[in-house]
Amino acid sequence: MSILVIAEHDNGSLKAATLNTVTAAQKIGGDIHVLVAGHNAAAAAQAAAQIAGVAKVLLADAAHLGHQLAENVTPVVVELARGYSHVLAPATTHGKNLLPRVAALLDVAQISDVIAVESADTFVRPIYAGNVIATVQSSDAIKLMTVRTTAFDAAATGGSATVESIGAGSDAGKSSFVSQELTKSSRPELGAAKIIVSGGRALASSEQFHGVLEPLADKLGAAIGASRAAVDAGYAPNDYQVGQTGKIVAPQLYLAVGISGAIQHLAGMKDSKVIVAINKDEEAPIFQVADYGLVADLFTAVPELIAELNK
Amino acid sequence: MKILVAVKRVVDYNVKVRCKTDGSDVDVANVKMSMNPFDEIAVEEAVRLKEAGKASEIVVASLGVKQCEETLRTALAMGADRAIHVETDTELQPLAVAKLLKALADKEQPQLVILGKQAIDDDANQTGQMLAALMNAPQGTFASKVELAGDKVNVTREIDGGLETVSLSLPAIVTTDLRLNEPRYVKLPNIMAAKKKPLDKTTPAELGVDAAPRLKTLKVAEPPVRKAGIKVASVAELVAKLKNEAKVI
Repeated sequence: MSILVIAEHDNGSLKAATLNTVTAAQKIGGDIHVLVAGHNAAAAAQAAAQIAGVAKVLLADAAHLGHQLAENVTPVVVELARGYSHVLAPATTHGKNLLPRVAALLDVAQISDVIAVESADTFVRPIYAGNVIATVQSSDAIKLMTVRTTAFDAAATGGSATVESIGAGSDAGKSSFVSQELTKSSRPELGAAKIIVSGGRALASSEQFHGVLEPLADKLGAAIGASRAAVDAGYAPNDYQVGQTGKIVAPQLYLAVGISGAIQHLAGMKDSKVIVAINKDEEAPIFQVADYGLVADLFTAVPELIAELNK
Repeated sequence: MKILVAVKRVVDYNVKVRCKTDGSDVDVANVKMSMNPFDEIAVEEAVRLKEAGKASEIVVASLGVKQCEETLRTALAMGADRAIHVETDTELQPLAVAKLLKALADKEQPQLVILGKQAIDDDANQTGQMLAALMNAPQGTFASKVELAGDKVNVTREIDGGLETVSLSLPAIVTTDLRLNEPRYVKLPNIMAAKKKPLDKTTPAELGVDAAPRLKTLKVAEPPVRKAGIKVASVAELVAKLKNEAKVI
């Protein structure tokens, strides 16, 4: 068996999600190759070559792959995929955008959000917003799947795989990149953070959301997340959203501030190691999953918490 | 310009599903069914494009059991012009759905196809991308903004880390994210009027599509329940617990 892992990267660097996906590949077992498709992406390919357990890195480097548009990356993956038993991508917005397109052209199913590998053809995945866990078996010749990164540890580094350049195909000419607005932050990425401070609708305004949570996040070296209610209300940008339809996270510590705990939010954070809830409504569902609950007004509790941490 | 919208009948958002006692499948007998919320956003977006004079006709399609008719009637009440029901009792997986929609698109020749980014039952998030591949068309997934501009459509996508805008040649496929719009509340007169709108029927066999599932569900189970912990009385106690007991700060 041989497994192709699609790297998540921004040309200059490799994203941590790739490491978790390599671990999932190791659970299947077999030679692991990593595809880096991009433009001026040698640095990302070099980083991929250093992942322990990776046998080879394939680098498809061309201008039309620079923004990794699905229309242009798909033919590269389809061409390669026929030589592999499995093709894995992280279940990030990039992986989810790309892999089903590849699957359709190979006429195979795709398995989404794999959280465990039972065998080379049997995988475990959440359905119904994580309220049900399904075990599914694939009979396709090539198994394509996206991997929920929080369910697998990051692979170690220290490897020294070779980097091989491969054909990059041509521009499909159907789509073009216009612009990107990335949230600028000096804080850790939500998906990779050890501590997450997350805010809900109780923050009541964008100013208070940022004003109250940022000092706490800075003190803890934490990433900031938000409930869907807070994002929908415009208090936080969309990429802060933790939940079934946003990001799935599993940090060491998840601090839910003014979050009631809707099912869809819980689905995104219930695998966190330790959950703390601060909410003035003692009936809030978040307390049913919290290891430590504090019934208090967040506007007094959070500053107190910062003061206590400063002691 | 013609728009094709696909809608799926799913277990209602507010229902907490249970597994059958033998673990073979989810028990959906006698539970409330509704239109997939992301598909409601898809219908709403199509209707807004028509109201803005950018689209001339909205065709809505649903695939599955007889009761999908109800879902189609809801879409018609929201403002779609006519409906197509591909009726089958077979379990339809994303690849089969994409093939069936491709067959409908071949007949209807829409310039824009709008789908929800995922269904809240199987949470697959695949059908739009697969359909785009089969139609050899570009895709704007997880859309939070859709702007038609001549023979192109600009789609702003919700990606990890922020937003990305892409320009796609028509025909194109768009899948909706939560913040694209807020679907309208359907009023009674519209529900009545929707009953008179055309609803055509077809089958996978008539469309020449093999809709057999590729993945076999071996079992389903409810996830382990996380137990509630303790309530702390003060911030000082919380910090002490996090430092000494949980050892996470």
